[in-house]
Amino acid sequence: MADTAALDAAPIAASRPEGRDDKALHRKVFAGLAIALALAPLVLYPVFLMKVLCFALFALAFNLLLGYGGLLSFGHAAYFGMASYVSAYAAKHWGLTPELAILSGTATAALLGLVFGALAIRRQGIYFSMITLALAQMVFFFSLQAKFTGGEDGIQAVPRGNLFGAISIADDRVLYGLVAVVFFGGMLLIYRIIHSPFGQVLKAIRDNEPRAVSLGYRVNQYKLAVFVLSATLAGLAGATKALVFQLASLTDVHWSMSGEVVLMTLVGGMGTVFGPIAGALVIVTMETYLAPFGAWVTVIQGAVFVLCVLLFREGIVGLFARILKKPL
Amino acid sequence: MAQDIILATSGLTKEFKGFRAVSGVTLEVARGTIHALIGPNGAGKTTCFNLLTKFLQPTAGTIRYKDRDITGLKPADVARLGLVRSFQISAVFPHLTVLENVRIALQRRRRGDSFDFWRNERVLRALDGEALDLVEAVGLSDFAGHQAVELSYGRKRALEIATTLALDPEMLLLDEPMAGMGHEDVDRTAALIRRVSKDRTILMVEHNLSVVASLSDRITVLARGQVLAEGDYATVSKDPRVVEAYIGAGHA
Repeated sequence: MADTAALDAAPIAASRPEGRDDKALHRKVFAGLAIALALAPLVLYPVFLMKVLCFALFALAFNLLLGYGGLLSFGHAAYFGMASYVSAYAAKHWGLTPELAILSGTATAALLGLVFGALAIRRQGIYFSMITLALAQMVFFFSLQAKFTGGEDGIQAVPRGNLFGAISIADDRVLYGLVAVVFFGGMLLIYRIIHSPFGQVLKAIRDNEPRAVSLGYRVNQYKLAVFVLSATLAGLAGATKALVFQLASLTDVHWSMSGEVVLMTLVGGMGTVFGPIAGALVIVTMETYLAPFGAWVTVIQGAVFVLCVLLFREGIVGLFARILKKPL
Repeated sequence: MAQDIILATSGLTKEFKGFRAVSGVTLEVARGTIHALIGPNGAGKTTCFNLLTKFLQPTAGTIRYKDRDITGLKPADVARLGLVRSFQISAVFPHLTVLENVRIALQRRRRGDSFDFWRNERVLRALDGEALDLVEAVGLSDFAGHQAVELSYGRKRALEIATTLALDPEMLLLDEPMAGMGHEDVDRTAALIRRVSKDRTILMVEHNLSVVASLSDRITVLARGQVLAEGDYATVSKDPRVVEAYIGAGHA
Protein backbone atom coordinates (compact mmCIF):
# COMPACT_ATOMS: atom_id res chain seq x y z
CA MET A 1 0.00 0.00 0.00
CA ALA A 2 0.95 3.59 -0.21
CA ASP A 3 1.15 3.85 3.56
CA THR A 4 4.67 4.92 4.31
CA ALA A 5 4.45 6.39 7.79
CA ALA A 6 6.52 4.50 10.32
CA LEU A 7 3.47 4.45 12.55
CA ASP A 8 1.72 1.98 10.35
CA ALA A 9 3.71 -0.76 12.02
CA ALA A 10 0.96 -0.58 14.63
CA PRO A 11 -2.44 -1.48 13.27
CA ILE A 12 -5.29 0.97 13.31
CA ALA A 13 -7.61 -0.93 15.58
CA ALA A 14 -10.90 0.23 14.13
CA SER A 15 -10.31 -1.55 10.86
CA ARG A 16 -13.97 -1.95 9.94
CA PRO A 17 -15.74 1.18 8.72
CA GLU A 18 -18.09 2.72 11.22
CA GLY A 19 -21.78 2.52 10.53
CA ARG A 20 -24.80 4.02 12.21
CA ASP A 21 -25.08 1.03 14.56
CA ASP A 22 -21.61 1.80 15.81
CA LYS A 23 -22.55 5.37 16.56
CA ALA A 24 -25.45 4.03 18.63
CA LEU A 25 -23.02 1.74 20.45
CA HIS A 26 -20.72 4.70 21.10
CA ARG A 27 -23.62 6.64 22.53
CA LYS A 28 -24.28 3.77 24.91
CA VAL A 29 -20.65 3.74 25.99
CA PHE A 30 -20.83 7.50 26.59
CA ALA A 31 -23.96 7.01 28.72
CA GLY A 32 -22.22 4.21 30.63
CA LEU A 33 -19.21 6.44 31.21
CA ALA A 34 -21.44 9.25 32.47
CA ILE A 35 -23.05 6.90 34.98
CA ALA A 36 -19.66 5.52 36.01
CA LEU A 37 -18.37 9.07 36.49
CA ALA A 38 -21.34 9.89 38.70
CA LEU A 39 -21.02 6.77 40.85
CA ALA A 40 -17.23 6.40 41.02
CA PRO A 41 -16.64 8.92 43.86
CA LEU A 42 -18.84 6.79 46.10
CA VAL A 43 -16.28 3.99 45.89
CA LEU A 44 -12.95 5.58 45.01
CA TYR A 45 -10.94 8.56 46.22
CA PRO A 46 -11.91 11.68 44.29
CA VAL A 47 -8.27 12.79 43.97
CA PHE A 48 -7.31 9.48 42.39
CA LEU A 49 -10.27 9.72 40.04
CA MET A 50 -9.41 13.29 39.10
CA LYS A 51 -5.87 12.23 38.32
CA VAL A 52 -7.19 9.47 36.07
CA LEU A 53 -9.55 11.89 34.32
CA CYS A 54 -6.85 14.51 33.71
CA PHE A 55 -4.52 11.91 32.23
CA ALA A 56 -7.35 10.32 30.27
CA LEU A 57 -8.10 13.68 28.65
CA PHE A 58 -4.39 14.17 27.98
CA ALA A 59 -4.21 10.75 26.33
CA LEU A 60 -7.38 11.40 24.32
CA ALA A 61 -5.84 14.62 23.03
CA PHE A 62 -2.64 12.80 22.15
CA ASN A 63 -4.56 10.02 20.42
CA LEU A 64 -6.36 12.60 18.29
CA LEU A 65 -2.99 13.54 16.84
CA LEU A 66 -1.49 10.04 16.64
CA GLY A 67 -4.46 7.82 15.92
CA TYR A 68 -6.34 10.13 13.59
CA GLY A 69 -3.70 12.55 12.37
CA GLY A 70 -1.02 9.88 12.02
CA LEU A 71 1.46 12.20 13.73
CA LEU A 72 3.61 10.85 16.59
CA SER A 73 4.58 13.70 18.91
CA PHE A 74 7.26 12.96 21.46
CA GLY A 75 6.82 16.33 23.10
CA HIS A 76 3.27 16.57 24.33
CA ALA A 77 4.46 17.22 27.88
CA ALA A 78 5.31 20.74 26.72
CA TYR A 79 1.64 21.66 26.22
CA PHE A 80 0.42 19.72 29.25
CA GLY A 81 3.14 21.15 31.51
CA MET A 82 3.20 24.71 30.25
CA ALA A 83 -0.58 24.97 30.59
CA SER A 84 -0.23 23.60 34.09
CA TYR A 85 2.33 26.30 34.99
CA VAL A 86 0.33 29.13 33.49
CA SER A 87 -2.92 28.10 35.13
CA ALA A 88 -1.18 27.61 38.50
CA TYR A 89 0.52 30.99 38.18
CA ALA A 90 -2.67 32.72 37.11
CA ALA A 91 -4.61 31.29 40.04
CA LYS A 92 -1.92 31.99 42.61
CA HIS A 93 -0.39 35.30 41.59
CA TRP A 94 -3.07 36.96 39.50
CA GLY A 95 -5.88 35.62 41.66
CA LEU A 96 -7.87 34.47 38.66
CA THR A 97 -10.94 32.33 39.24
CA PRO A 98 -10.43 28.64 38.41
CA GLU A 99 -12.26 28.72 35.08
CA LEU A 100 -10.19 31.68 33.91
CA ALA A 101 -6.98 30.08 35.19
CA ILE A 102 -7.76 26.91 33.25
CA LEU A 103 -8.66 28.97 30.20
CA SER A 104 -5.40 30.93 30.29
CA GLY A 105 -3.38 27.72 30.61
CA THR A 106 -5.30 26.16 27.72
CA ALA A 107 -4.81 29.24 25.56
CA THR A 108 -1.08 29.16 26.25
CA ALA A 109 -0.93 25.53 25.13
CA ALA A 110 -2.83 26.43 21.96
CA LEU A 111 -0.38 29.19 21.15
CA LEU A 112 2.60 26.98 21.89
CA GLY A 113 1.04 24.25 19.76
CA LEU A 114 0.61 26.70 16.89
CA VAL A 115 4.28 27.75 16.94
CA PHE A 116 5.75 24.28 17.55
CA GLY A 117 3.31 22.62 15.18
CA ALA A 118 4.16 25.04 12.38
CA LEU A 119 7.82 24.07 12.76
CA ALA A 120 7.35 20.32 13.22
CA ILE A 121 4.90 19.56 10.40
CA ARG A 122 7.52 20.61 7.87
CA ARG A 123 9.09 17.19 8.38
CA GLN A 124 7.60 13.73 8.34
CA GLY A 125 7.86 10.48 10.28
CA ILE A 126 10.68 10.19 12.79
CA TYR A 127 11.98 13.68 11.94
CA PHE A 128 8.65 15.15 12.93
CA SER A 129 8.81 13.26 16.23
CA MET A 130 12.37 14.41 16.88
CA ILE A 131 11.50 18.07 16.30
CA THR A 132 8.59 17.85 18.74
CA LEU A 133 10.92 16.23 21.29
CA ALA A 134 13.62 18.86 20.82
CA LEU A 135 11.15 21.71 21.19
CA ALA A 136 9.67 20.11 24.31
CA GLN A 137 13.16 19.82 25.79
CA MET A 138 13.59 23.54 25.21
CA VAL A 139 10.36 24.12 27.14
CA PHE A 140 11.71 21.92 29.93
CA PHE A 141 14.92 23.93 30.25
CA PHE A 142 12.97 27.15 30.04
CA SER A 143 10.78 25.91 32.89
CA LEU A 144 13.85 24.99 34.90
CA GLN A 145 15.46 28.40 34.44
CA ALA A 146 12.55 30.83 34.27
CA LYS A 147 11.60 32.76 37.41
CA PHE A 148 7.84 32.33 37.28
CA THR A 149 7.89 28.52 37.29
CA GLY A 150 9.71 28.31 40.61
CA GLY A 151 12.46 26.08 39.20
CA GLU A 152 12.92 22.83 41.12
CA ASP A 153 10.15 23.78 43.56
CA GLY A 154 7.50 24.38 40.96
CA ILE A 155 4.45 26.44 41.85
CA GLN A 156 3.07 25.05 45.09
CA ALA A 157 -0.02 25.68 47.20
CA VAL A 158 -2.07 26.87 44.26
CA PRO A 159 -5.41 28.12 45.57
CA ARG A 160 -8.39 26.40 44.03
CA GLY A 161 -10.54 29.48 44.49
CA ASN A 162 -14.20 29.86 43.69
CA LEU A 163 -15.66 28.76 40.40
CA PHE A 164 -17.10 31.80 38.61
CA GLY A 165 -16.17 33.63 41.80
CA ALA A 166 -19.08 31.98 43.57
CA ILE A 167 -18.78 28.22 44.08
CA SER A 168 -15.95 27.03 46.29
CA ILE A 169 -14.12 24.05 44.84
CA ALA A 170 -11.89 23.52 47.85
CA ASP A 171 -13.80 20.34 48.61
CA ASP A 172 -12.50 17.41 46.58
CA ARG A 173 -15.96 16.17 45.71
CA VAL A 174 -17.05 19.53 44.34
CA LEU A 175 -13.86 19.82 42.33
CA TYR A 176 -14.44 16.29 41.09
CA GLY A 177 -17.69 17.50 39.55
CA LEU A 178 -15.82 20.20 37.66
CA VAL A 179 -13.07 17.83 36.49
CA ALA A 180 -15.65 15.27 35.38
CA VAL A 181 -17.45 17.92 33.33
CA VAL A 182 -14.18 19.13 31.76
CA PHE A 183 -13.21 15.56 30.92
CA PHE A 184 -16.59 14.65 29.50
CA GLY A 185 -16.78 17.83 27.45
CA GLY A 186 -13.26 17.31 26.13
CA MET A 187 -14.04 13.72 25.22
CA LEU A 188 -17.23 14.69 23.36
CA LEU A 189 -15.37 17.43 21.51
CA ILE A 190 -12.68 14.98 20.40
CA TYR A 191 -15.36 12.51 19.32
CA ARG A 192 -16.97 15.24 17.26
CA ILE A 193 -13.66 16.27 15.71
CA ILE A 194 -13.07 12.67 14.61
CA HIS A 195 -16.56 12.51 13.16
CA SER A 196 -16.60 15.84 11.37
CA PRO A 197 -15.90 16.78 7.75
CA PHE A 198 -12.48 17.87 9.04
CA GLY A 199 -11.98 14.46 10.66
CA GLN A 200 -12.82 12.78 7.37
CA VAL A 201 -10.03 14.70 5.64
CA LEU A 202 -7.67 13.81 8.50
CA LYS A 203 -8.36 10.10 8.04
CA ALA A 204 -7.72 10.46 4.31
CA ILE A 205 -4.39 12.19 4.94
CA ARG A 206 -3.40 9.55 7.49
CA ASP A 207 -4.26 6.83 4.99
CA ASN A 208 -2.53 8.26 1.93
CA GLU A 209 -1.00 11.69 2.07
CA PRO A 210 0.20 12.09 -1.54
CA ARG A 211 -3.23 11.12 -2.79
CA ALA A 212 -4.88 13.70 -0.53
CA VAL A 213 -2.50 16.28 -2.01
CA SER A 214 -3.36 15.20 -5.53
CA LEU A 215 -7.03 15.77 -4.73
CA GLY A 216 -6.19 19.36 -3.91
CA TYR A 217 -6.01 19.22 -0.12
CA ARG A 218 -3.33 21.46 1.39
CA VAL A 219 -2.39 18.76 3.87
CA ASN A 220 -0.04 20.84 6.01
CA GLN A 221 -2.88 23.13 7.01
CA TYR A 222 -4.88 20.14 8.21
CA LYS A 223 -1.91 18.72 10.09
CA LEU A 224 -1.31 22.05 11.77
CA ALA A 225 -4.98 22.36 12.69
CA VAL A 226 -5.08 18.94 14.32
CA PHE A 227 -1.77 19.62 16.03
CA VAL A 228 -3.14 22.81 17.57
CA LEU A 229 -6.38 21.09 18.60
CA SER A 230 -4.42 18.28 20.23
CA ALA A 231 -2.06 20.67 22.02
CA THR A 232 -4.99 22.76 23.22
CA LEU A 233 -6.80 19.78 24.71
CA ALA A 234 -3.57 18.48 26.25
CA GLY A 235 -3.26 21.96 27.77
CA LEU A 236 -6.79 21.77 29.11
CA ALA A 237 -5.85 18.52 30.85
CA GLY A 238 -2.63 20.00 32.28
CA ALA A 239 -4.30 23.20 33.45
CA THR A 240 -7.02 21.23 35.22
CA LYS A 241 -4.48 18.96 36.83
CA ALA A 242 -2.67 21.98 38.32
CA LEU A 243 -5.82 22.90 40.23
CA VAL A 244 -6.48 19.33 41.34
CA PHE A 245 -3.03 18.86 42.89
CA GLN A 246 -2.59 22.57 43.60
CA LEU A 247 0.81 22.14 42.08
CA ALA A 248 2.65 22.68 38.81
CA SER A 249 6.09 21.14 38.64
CA LEU A 250 8.89 20.06 36.35
CA THR A 251 7.43 16.54 36.25
CA ASP A 252 4.65 17.86 34.02
CA VAL A 253 7.06 19.19 31.37
CA HIS A 254 9.62 16.40 31.63
CA TRP A 255 10.15 14.17 28.60
CA SER A 256 9.05 11.16 30.61
CA MET A 257 5.59 12.73 30.75
CA SER A 258 5.60 12.75 26.93
CA GLY A 259 6.57 9.08 27.08
CA GLU A 260 3.85 8.29 29.56
CA VAL A 261 1.10 9.61 27.32
CA VAL A 262 2.44 7.52 24.44
CA LEU A 263 2.35 4.53 26.77
CA MET A 264 -1.23 5.20 27.87
CA THR A 265 -2.42 5.58 24.31
CA LEU A 266 -0.72 2.43 23.05
CA VAL A 267 -1.75 0.30 26.03
CA GLY A 268 -5.34 1.47 25.70
CA GLY A 269 -5.50 1.28 21.92
CA MET A 270 -4.21 3.83 19.45
CA GLY A 271 -6.78 5.06 16.98
CA THR A 272 -9.69 3.82 19.07
CA VAL A 273 -12.21 6.24 20.51
CA PHE A 274 -12.11 4.94 24.09
CA GLY A 275 -8.67 3.32 24.26
CA PRO A 276 -6.79 6.27 25.78
CA ILE A 277 -9.24 6.36 28.70
CA ALA A 278 -8.59 2.69 29.47
CA GLY A 279 -4.85 3.24 29.03
CA ALA A 280 -4.81 6.20 31.42
CA LEU A 281 -6.81 4.24 33.97
CA VAL A 282 -4.41 1.29 33.84
CA ILE A 283 -1.22 3.36 34.00
CA VAL A 284 -2.41 5.76 36.72
CA THR A 285 -3.76 2.85 38.77
CA MET A 286 -0.42 1.10 38.48
CA GLU A 287 1.44 4.21 39.54
CA THR A 288 -0.85 4.74 42.49
CA TYR A 289 -1.21 1.23 43.83
CA LEU A 290 2.28 0.05 43.02
CA ALA A 291 3.81 3.12 44.66
CA PRO A 292 5.32 1.01 47.50
CA PHE A 293 7.62 -0.59 44.91
CA GLY A 294 9.28 2.81 44.40
CA ALA A 295 11.49 3.06 41.34
CA TRP A 296 10.42 -0.44 40.31
CA VAL A 297 7.13 1.01 39.07
CA THR A 298 8.93 2.13 35.94
CA VAL A 299 10.26 -1.38 35.39
CA ILE A 300 6.83 -2.91 35.94
CA GLN A 301 5.31 -0.38 33.54
CA GLY A 302 7.93 -1.23 30.98
CA ALA A 303 7.17 -4.92 31.34
CA VAL A 304 3.45 -4.30 30.98
CA PHE A 305 4.11 -2.26 27.88
CA VAL A 306 6.26 -4.96 26.30
CA LEU A 307 3.68 -7.63 27.13
CA CYS A 308 0.92 -5.45 25.79
CA VAL A 309 2.68 -4.88 22.49
CA LEU A 310 3.61 -8.55 22.18
CA LEU A 311 0.22 -9.97 23.09
CA PHE A 312 -2.24 -7.42 21.75
CA ARG A 313 -0.70 -4.74 19.61
CA GLU A 314 -4.04 -3.02 19.15
CA GLY A 315 -4.27 -2.25 22.88
CA ILE A 316 -6.88 -3.16 25.48
CA VAL A 317 -9.82 -1.47 23.80
CA GLY A 318 -8.54 -2.47 20.37
CA LEU A 319 -8.61 -6.08 21.55
CA PHE A 320 -12.21 -5.73 22.71
CA ALA A 321 -13.09 -4.07 19.42
CA ARG A 322 -11.64 -7.04 17.56
CA ILE A 323 -13.51 -9.56 19.70
CA LEU A 324 -16.79 -7.66 19.39
CA LYS A 325 -16.06 -6.89 15.73
CA LYS A 326 -17.11 -3.33 16.37
CA PRO A 327 -15.05 -0.15 16.31
CA LEU A 328 -14.82 1.26 19.81
CA MET B 1 -0.03 23.64 -35.26
CA ALA B 2 -3.25 25.57 -34.93
CA GLN B 3 -4.51 23.32 -32.18
CA ASP B 4 -5.39 24.64 -28.77
CA ILE B 5 -2.57 23.72 -26.38
CA ILE B 6 -3.67 23.06 -22.78
CA LEU B 7 -0.36 21.98 -21.27
CA ALA B 8 3.06 22.96 -22.50
CA THR B 9 6.53 22.53 -21.10
CA SER B 10 9.68 24.07 -22.36
CA GLY B 11 13.18 22.91 -21.53
CA LEU B 12 11.92 20.93 -18.55
CA THR B 13 14.90 19.55 -16.64
CA LYS B 14 15.35 17.68 -13.38
CA GLU B 15 18.73 16.77 -11.94
CA PHE B 16 19.26 14.48 -8.99
CA LYS B 17 22.78 14.94 -7.64
CA GLY B 18 24.44 15.06 -11.02
CA PHE B 19 22.08 12.60 -12.70
CA ARG B 20 19.72 14.13 -15.24
CA ALA B 21 16.45 12.24 -15.00
CA VAL B 22 14.67 14.64 -17.30
CA SER B 23 16.64 16.77 -19.69
CA GLY B 24 15.20 19.67 -21.67
CA VAL B 25 11.81 18.13 -22.38
CA THR B 26 9.56 20.30 -24.49
CA LEU B 27 6.10 18.87 -24.69
CA GLU B 28 2.78 20.19 -25.94
CA VAL B 29 -0.53 18.54 -25.15
CA ALA B 30 -3.50 19.60 -27.25
CA ARG B 31 -6.83 20.14 -25.54
CA GLY B 32 -9.28 17.27 -25.83
CA THR B 33 -6.75 14.65 -26.89
CA ILE B 34 -5.34 11.52 -25.33
CA HIS B 35 -1.61 11.95 -25.31
CA ALA B 36 0.65 9.05 -24.33
CA LEU B 37 4.11 9.29 -22.87
CA ILE B 38 6.05 6.12 -23.51
CA GLY B 39 9.62 4.98 -23.27
CA PRO B 40 11.82 2.26 -21.81
CA ASN B 41 12.27 1.88 -18.05
CA GLY B 42 14.19 4.74 -16.53
CA ALA B 43 13.37 7.08 -19.41
CA GLY B 44 12.06 9.70 -16.98
CA LYS B 45 8.33 9.32 -17.55
CA THR B 46 7.27 9.24 -13.94
CA THR B 47 9.73 12.00 -13.05
CA CYS B 48 8.11 14.03 -15.81
CA PHE B 49 4.71 13.41 -14.22
CA ASN B 50 5.99 14.43 -10.82
CA LEU B 51 7.34 17.64 -12.34
CA LEU B 52 4.10 18.45 -14.14
CA THR B 53 2.04 17.99 -10.97
CA LYS B 54 4.67 19.78 -8.88
CA PHE B 55 5.39 16.79 -6.64
CA LEU B 56 8.94 17.55 -7.74
CA GLN B 57 10.39 20.98 -8.40
CA PRO B 58 12.14 21.24 -11.79
CA THR B 59 15.80 22.26 -11.92
CA ALA B 60 15.13 24.28 -15.05
CA GLY B 61 12.38 24.93 -17.56
CA THR B 62 8.81 26.13 -17.36
CA ILE B 63 5.37 24.53 -17.28
CA ARG B 64 2.34 26.34 -18.66
CA TYR B 65 -1.18 25.11 -18.07
CA LYS B 66 -4.06 26.92 -19.77
CA ASP B 67 -1.72 29.79 -20.65
CA ARG B 68 -0.68 30.22 -17.07
CA ASP B 69 2.80 29.61 -15.69
CA ILE B 70 2.40 26.95 -12.99
CA THR B 71 6.11 26.25 -12.50
CA GLY B 72 6.14 27.75 -9.01
CA LEU B 73 2.87 26.32 -7.69
CA LYS B 74 2.37 23.75 -4.93
CA PRO B 75 0.91 20.31 -5.82
CA ALA B 76 -2.42 20.88 -4.06
CA ASP B 77 -2.86 24.15 -5.96
CA VAL B 78 -2.14 22.51 -9.30
CA ALA B 79 -4.88 20.01 -8.50
CA ARG B 80 -7.23 22.89 -7.73
CA LEU B 81 -6.65 24.26 -11.22
CA GLY B 82 -8.08 21.07 -12.65
CA LEU B 83 -4.87 19.21 -13.46
CA VAL B 84 -5.23 15.99 -11.50
CA ARG B 85 -2.92 13.00 -11.45
CA SER B 86 -3.13 9.35 -10.59
CA PHE B 87 -0.30 7.28 -9.20
CA GLN B 88 1.61 4.27 -10.44
CA ILE B 89 0.83 2.30 -7.32
CA SER B 90 -2.88 2.27 -6.67
CA ALA B 91 -3.81 5.37 -4.74
CA VAL B 92 -6.86 4.75 -2.62
CA PHE B 93 -7.55 5.56 1.02
CA PRO B 94 -7.43 1.98 2.35
CA HIS B 95 -9.35 2.48 5.60
CA LEU B 96 -12.13 4.56 4.10
CA THR B 97 -15.05 2.90 2.38
CA VAL B 98 -15.40 2.98 -1.39
CA LEU B 99 -18.11 5.61 -1.04
CA GLU B 100 -15.99 7.70 1.32
CA ASN B 101 -13.02 7.50 -1.06
CA VAL B 102 -15.03 9.15 -3.80
CA ARG B 103 -16.77 11.49 -1.39
CA ILE B 104 -13.51 12.87 -0.04
CA ALA B 105 -12.77 14.20 -3.53
CA LEU B 106 -16.28 15.57 -3.90
CA GLN B 107 -15.94 17.14 -0.49
CA ARG B 108 -12.95 19.16 -1.70
CA ARG B 109 -14.65 20.19 -4.89
CA ARG B 110 -18.06 21.05 -3.43
CA ARG B 111 -17.14 22.41 -0.01
CA GLY B 112 -13.59 23.66 -0.56
CA ASP B 113 -11.51 23.37 2.58
CA SER B 114 -13.12 21.45 5.41
CA PHE B 115 -11.77 22.85 8.63
CA ASP B 116 -15.16 22.63 10.37
CA PHE B 117 -14.21 20.19 13.10
CA TRP B 118 -17.24 21.17 15.17
CA ARG B 119 -19.78 20.04 12.60
CA ASN B 120 -21.27 16.55 12.44
CA GLU B 121 -20.07 14.53 9.48
CA ARG B 122 -23.73 13.95 8.64
CA VAL B 123 -23.52 17.10 6.52
CA LEU B 124 -21.42 15.06 4.11
CA ARG B 125 -24.36 12.78 3.36
CA ALA B 126 -25.57 15.49 1.01
CA LEU B 127 -22.76 14.35 -1.27
CA ASP B 128 -23.60 10.64 -1.06
CA GLY B 129 -25.91 10.63 -4.08
CA GLU B 130 -23.36 12.13 -6.42
CA ALA B 131 -20.64 9.88 -4.99
CA LEU B 132 -22.78 6.78 -5.55
CA ASP B 133 -23.32 7.78 -9.18
CA LEU B 134 -19.58 7.90 -9.70
CA VAL B 135 -19.10 4.59 -7.89
CA GLU B 136 -21.70 3.10 -10.18
CA ALA B 137 -20.05 4.53 -13.27
CA VAL B 138 -16.95 2.43 -12.59
CA GLY B 139 -18.98 -0.65 -11.71
CA LEU B 140 -18.36 -0.69 -7.97
CA SER B 141 -21.92 -0.23 -6.68
CA ASP B 142 -21.86 -3.58 -4.91
CA PHE B 143 -18.81 -2.52 -2.94
CA ALA B 144 -19.83 1.00 -1.90
CA GLY B 145 -19.80 0.12 1.81
CA HIS B 146 -16.60 -1.95 1.73
CA GLN B 147 -13.28 -0.64 2.86
CA ALA B 148 -11.00 0.07 -0.07
CA VAL B 149 -8.31 -2.19 1.38
CA GLU B 150 -10.56 -5.20 0.73
CA LEU B 151 -10.88 -4.56 -3.02
CA SER B 152 -9.02 -6.50 -5.67
CA TYR B 153 -6.27 -4.70 -7.55
CA GLY B 154 -8.33 -3.96 -10.63
CA ARG B 155 -11.20 -2.61 -8.55
CA LYS B 156 -8.83 -0.38 -6.61
CA ARG B 157 -7.71 1.14 -9.89
CA ALA B 158 -11.34 1.65 -10.89
CA LEU B 159 -12.02 3.31 -7.55
CA GLU B 160 -9.04 5.54 -8.09
CA ILE B 161 -10.44 6.69 -11.40
CA ALA B 162 -13.87 7.35 -9.86
CA THR B 163 -12.19 9.41 -7.15
CA THR B 164 -10.25 11.40 -9.71
CA LEU B 165 -13.36 11.97 -11.80
CA ALA B 166 -15.17 13.31 -8.73
CA LEU B 167 -12.98 16.38 -9.07
CA ASP B 168 -14.24 16.81 -12.63
CA PRO B 169 -10.74 17.70 -13.77
CA GLU B 170 -10.12 19.35 -17.10
CA MET B 171 -6.98 17.39 -17.53
CA LEU B 172 -6.03 13.96 -16.21
CA LEU B 173 -2.54 12.62 -15.79
CA LEU B 174 -2.66 8.85 -15.55
CA ASP B 175 0.52 7.11 -14.44
CA GLU B 176 0.40 3.57 -15.85
CA PRO B 177 -3.33 3.06 -15.39
CA MET B 178 -3.05 -0.56 -16.62
CA ALA B 179 -0.02 -1.61 -14.61
CA GLY B 180 -0.48 -5.03 -13.05
CA MET B 181 -3.92 -5.60 -14.56
CA GLY B 182 -5.27 -8.75 -16.11
CA HIS B 183 -6.71 -8.79 -19.67
CA GLU B 184 -10.28 -8.25 -18.62
CA ASP B 185 -9.43 -5.31 -16.40
CA VAL B 186 -7.30 -3.78 -19.15
CA ASP B 187 -10.20 -3.79 -21.59
CA ARG B 188 -12.61 -2.43 -19.03
CA THR B 189 -10.22 0.33 -17.96
CA ALA B 190 -9.41 1.25 -21.56
CA ALA B 191 -13.11 1.62 -22.26
CA LEU B 192 -13.46 3.73 -19.14
CA ILE B 193 -10.60 5.99 -20.14
CA ARG B 194 -12.07 6.45 -23.59
CA ARG B 195 -15.42 7.28 -22.04
CA VAL B 196 -14.06 9.88 -19.61
CA SER B 197 -11.83 11.44 -22.27
CA LYS B 198 -14.85 12.88 -24.02
CA ASP B 199 -14.57 16.40 -22.77
CA ARG B 200 -11.21 16.14 -21.11
CA THR B 201 -7.57 16.04 -21.95
CA ILE B 202 -5.58 13.01 -20.87
CA LEU B 203 -1.85 12.57 -20.62
CA MET B 204 -0.86 9.06 -19.70
CA VAL B 205 2.22 7.00 -19.12
CA GLU B 206 1.62 3.44 -20.22
CA HIS B 207 3.72 0.39 -20.97
CA ASN B 208 1.02 -1.63 -22.64
CA LEU B 209 1.67 -0.64 -26.26
CA SER B 210 -1.53 -2.09 -27.66
CA VAL B 211 -3.45 0.11 -25.24
CA VAL B 212 -1.36 3.07 -26.29
CA ALA B 213 -1.95 2.26 -29.94
CA SER B 214 -5.70 2.03 -29.58
CA LEU B 215 -6.29 4.91 -27.18
CA SER B 216 -3.90 7.72 -27.93
CA ASP B 217 -4.11 10.46 -30.49
CA ARG B 218 -0.51 11.42 -30.06
CA ILE B 219 2.55 9.77 -28.59
CA THR B 220 5.74 11.20 -27.20
CA VAL B 221 8.64 8.80 -26.75
CA LEU B 222 11.11 9.54 -23.99
CA ALA B 223 14.52 7.93 -23.66
CA ARG B 224 17.22 8.85 -21.16
CA GLY B 225 15.24 11.88 -20.10
CA GLN B 226 14.90 13.34 -23.58
CA VAL B 227 12.21 13.43 -26.23
CA LEU B 228 13.17 10.86 -28.84
CA ALA B 229 10.21 11.06 -31.16
CA GLU B 230 6.69 12.37 -31.37
CA GLY B 231 3.70 11.68 -33.54
CA ASP B 232 0.83 9.24 -33.96
CA TYR B 233 1.34 5.53 -33.36
CA ALA B 234 2.09 4.66 -36.98
CA THR B 235 4.81 7.30 -37.24
CA VAL B 236 6.38 6.62 -33.90
CA SER B 237 6.39 2.85 -34.16
CA LYS B 238 8.29 2.99 -37.44
CA ASP B 239 10.90 5.41 -36.20
CA PRO B 240 14.18 3.49 -36.13
CA ARG B 241 15.41 5.41 -33.09
CA VAL B 242 12.36 4.31 -31.13
CA VAL B 243 12.77 0.70 -32.18
CA GLU B 244 16.40 0.88 -31.14
CA ALA B 245 15.60 2.43 -27.78
CA TYR B 246 13.08 -0.30 -27.04
CA ILE B 247 14.87 -3.34 -28.38
CA GLY B 248 18.44 -2.16 -28.18
CA ALA B 249 21.07 -1.38 -30.77
CA GLY B 250 21.92 -4.16 -33.20
CA HIS B 251 18.49 -5.77 -33.26
CA ALA B 252 16.92 -3.05 -35.37
